[in-house]
Order: sequence, then C-alpha cells, then structure tokens
Amino acid sequence: MIGNELTALNIADLQSLLRSREVSSREVINALRERIEAVDGDIGAYLSLDIEAAMKEAEHANVDLPLGGVPIAIKDVINVMDQPCTCASRILNGYRAPYDATVIQKLRAAGAIPFGKTNLDEFAMGSSTENSAAKSTRNPWDLSRVPGGSSGGSAAAVAADEAFGALGSDTGGSIRQPAALCGVVGLKPTYGRVSRFGLVAFASSLDQIGPITKTVRDAALIMNAIAGHDPLDSTSLDELVPDYVAGLGKDLRGARLGVPKEYMIEGIDPQVRAAIDAVVKQLNSLGAEIIEVSLPSTEYAVAAYYIIATAEASANLARFDGVRYGYRAENPKDVLDLYGRTREEGFGPEVKRRIILGTYVLSSGYYDAYYLRAQKVRELIRRDFASAFEKVDALISPTSPVTAFKLGERVTDPLQMYLADIFTIAANLAGICGISIPCGFAELNGHRLPIGLQLLGKPLDEAGILQIASGYEQSTEWHKARPPILSRLPKH
Amino acid sequence: MAGNSDLDVAYVARLARITLTEDEAKTFQKQLDDVLKYVEKLRQLDVTGIDAVAHALPVFNVFREDAPRDWFTAEQALSNAPRKANGLFVVPKVVE
Repeated sequence: MIGNELTALNIADLQSLLRSREVSSREVINALRERIEAVDGDIGAYLSLDIEAAMKEAEHANVDLPLGGVPIAIKDVINVMDQPCTCASRILNGYRAPYDATVIQKLRAAGAIPFGKTNLDEFAMGSSTENSAAKSTRNPWDLSRVPGGSSGGSAAAVAADEAFGALGSDTGGSIRQPAALCGVVGLKPTYGRVSRFGLVAFASSLDQIGPITKTVRDAALIMNAIAGHDPLDSTSLDELVPDYVAGLGKDLRGARLGVPKEYMIEGIDPQVRAAIDAVVKQLNSLGAEIIEVSLPSTEYAVAAYYIIATAEASANLARFDGVRYGYRAENPKDVLDLYGRTREEGFGPEVKRRIILGTYVLSSGYYDAYYLRAQKVRELIRRDFASAFEKVDALISPTSPVTAFKLGERVTDPLQMYLADIFTIAANLAGICGISIPCGFAELNGHRLPIGLQLLGKPLDEAGILQIASGYEQSTEWHKARPPILSRLPKH
Repeated sequence: MAGNSDLDVAYVARLARITLTEDEAKTFQKQLDDVLKYVEKLRQLDVTGIDAVAHALPVFNVFREDAPRDWFTAEQALSNAPRKANGLFVVPKVVE
C-alpha cells in the first residue's frame, strides 16, 4: 500500500491493517510525515511536529489495544508532555508542557500516539483560525477559504489526510463548526463527560474536549478512550461510560427528531437550507419521525454567550503575567509595567478585546446588568432544551448557517464573526452534547464546499446522537467524498 | 474617551493589566460598543424568579481524599519560568 492510500484510511480500517500486521505503526507515522510534507505547506494545519518522539512510541505500540499504534493529532491548547503548547499565542512562546493532560494519558493508555500539535484561533477564541498568532490554516476544499475554528488545524488535518483523527476543544462550536466547514465529523461531548485537566482554560463552564474524525465510528472509538470521570477535574461527571462503538449500527426506525423552528432563520445560505431539507427527507425515509419543536430563547444565546465566555476568559487569562511561564516583556521598570507590556506584546487583538469585555461585564456596577442577567438567560436556554427533549430524542439543524468563507472576509467585524456560531453556542450554554457530520455540498465558483448537519442530544446521550449520526452517515456517500488537495502525491 | 456605551476601554484595559496603544484603544472602543449594543437585547427578556446558573449540569460538594500525591518538583515548576534564581521566580522589585 503506498503512502497516500494509507493516510486516506479511517481509524477503524487502519486498525485492521495494523492488527493483521500488514503495516506497522512506524510505517504509518512515516506515511503521515510524507503526506504532511506534501500538503501542509498549503494547508498549514500543524504548529509543531515531533516525528522522532512519535517514532519511538510507534516502536513499542501494542496494536491490540483499542487505539493501538494509531497517531492522533492534538489541538495546541492541550498539554502533551515535553511538547510545546502555544495556544497559537505569542505569550506561550517557548513553553514546553511539563505534564500530560488527562485526555492524553487516556489516549496513551488506549495505545494511541499523540502526534503533532494543530493550529487554532489564539486561545481558541474565534471561528476561522485566522486569530492564530502563528499562521492561517486553509480549507482543503478551497485554499482561499478558512477551515472554520477554533479547532481549524485539527479539522483541516483530518480532511486533508494529514491525520487519522484529532482532538479539538469546543467552547461555542469550535469542534463542530470547523468539522462542518472541512467536511469531517466533530463531536462536542456533554459538559463534564471528558476531563478538562490539562486543557488550557478559555471559558471553564463551557469548554469540552472532543474528537474530530473521518467517520462517526472513529469518533465513537476516541470517545471510548477519553470519556470518564477524573478526580483532577472537579466538574467531570462521575457517571458510567457506555461502549459508544457497540451501540452503532441500529436503524433509525422510531427515532424522534426535532427541528427547532427558531433555527430556520434568514441568513442561512440557500444551499445549506436545501441540504438540511434533504436530510430531513432522508431521515424520514429511514423511519425517523420529524417533529417541529420550539427553543424560544434561541435569539439570546449569542449575547449571553459573549458575556459569560469573555467573563470567564478574563479571569482564566489573568495567569499569563510573564512570571511563571511563557513570554515576558524586556526590561520592565516595575511589576505593573511587566504585566501590562507582557500582555500587550503577548496577546493578539481578539484575545485583548475579549479580556477587556470580560473585565467590564464583571466590574462593579455592571455585574448585575450583564453577567448575572446572562447567567439567568443561560438557565432559560437550558430549560428550552430540557422541554424539547421531553418530546424528541435529538435535535437537528445546520451546524453553521454558511459554508467556508474567504480568508480575511470577516476579520474586521468581530460581531459578524460571533454570529457565525449561532447554531452551536446554545449547546455549550446548556451543557448538552452535539455532533456535526457531513450532509452535502454547496457549489461555489467551481468549488464544492462541505455542509454540516448538527445533531444535539440530551445530557450524557452521546451514544444516542452517535447512533443517529451513524445511521444517517451509512445511508449516504458524503463521508466518502475527498477534497481536491488529496490528489497530490507525496514529494520524493 | 468613552464611546456610545458606558465602557471606557482605556480604563478597563488598565484594570485588566493590558497596555494599549491609542489606536488599539480607539478600534476596540468602536468594536466593543457594537458588541455591547448587540447584547443589550438581553434586557428584553423577563428573568424574574430565574436562578442564575454558573454551570449547566451542576455538581455540588465534590470532595476527594486529603492525601498527598506526587506532583511537580520545584525544578519542574520552574522549568518554563522566563527568569528564575535560587529555585525562585524573579520579578521586578515590588516593595521599596
């Protein structure tokens, strides 16, 4: 098998080859390295790669473990021992993680090899990966467009066969939206399902780590490895973890799926709307019952989110002060000058904007009007979902109202960028789980741009949305479509 | 130099310990005025009697055993420090 065919495999198929000893884990790492050399100059998915460390681990790979010998790319906001963890920020220049995040320990225990750190919007703040201080990442389906964000590097790497699977983090849609824009699968678990220990915190009450993969089954495989209680994260839930793979393959007969009427707003790209209409028909023909539901507080979600997320960010990012790790301004005249200039020179504009907004909404005299009110609206949003889930098993919507937009198109208007997350943000506020899977293409100027279907599930019902997602996926060919960048051969 | 909202970017940036250039402060002022105008819509909702929630799935009283465990050595904790000496972080003089 030549390198390009090998890197095109999904995790489940790669494992069959590893277990039958047709390929070794070292050959897999080598094929990935070649693939990355051939295309990553154009895509820009990776911020750092340690081939030598990966090779060493591949030598000792136990391929009979659940993810034995499988390399997994890691968003550069998750600590991997002895590797950089830049958060795509100047302020973490030179930092090397002195420990493994819990998800990395769990991946290693399942036999996986953490492989490469992927690009993101600085501190995961953004929806296009353009806020990275290092570089922009390009969409493998059209190199003039963004991959989405903030986990844009992870999604682009998986779409361009530069990774078999990846970890991302999702605070307001940062796994699901780039997965949708790059035509791959992205799962945001229920808040507390996966430990956040070792994830650099952006908004602690919203952040969750989850998988980005080529298929629904692969997402289930990674969830089996990373889900579960962690005493080091007091918000992680002490609940049993089901076998997410074992539940796949059920048919959709009798499944009740809700379409939130508030989600069919103006501003949805007509081709996205048409794709979702086709999904509804398809699900219907597979035996699912489609029910219109109402989430009346929907239009307040983005506003509540940008108060809560920035408030938490302003507190979390206070730790970057030039003293204990990372960047430090030169020749500070006193300690305030040290803080002020370290943060001025170390943070990019979006991070500064959010810290300032977050500081303001928490400040005396404004706290009640903004932060407290937003937290109450959050409760209303949670109740909306709870009552919808009394009638249906899951909700369906587009993941993003638009397909991948052009690089530079939205960077000067933060508010427009925030509104791109309109369908994903509410799930983080309510703490529920959600998945994005490919459901079609928009045609634009001769390019095919992927469209994502979002399924939202009840708290801790990842198994349920994975089953529905898998049933839909297996009845379509969308997940088999390959971006044009894949035709490129490795350079020799 | 406050804009169309109560937010004074230059003042809040000082609270947040971020030095800003005048240009940056001006750009942020305009952009954040827009964002604050947008979030005003939260005032339309009636939230009387609604509890504020900090977490969507609240978990209370999370305890663990008060037992020692291995963690960073001082050397590991200092491994990323931009300036250190004698096993300590070095900062500019704080007290005269």
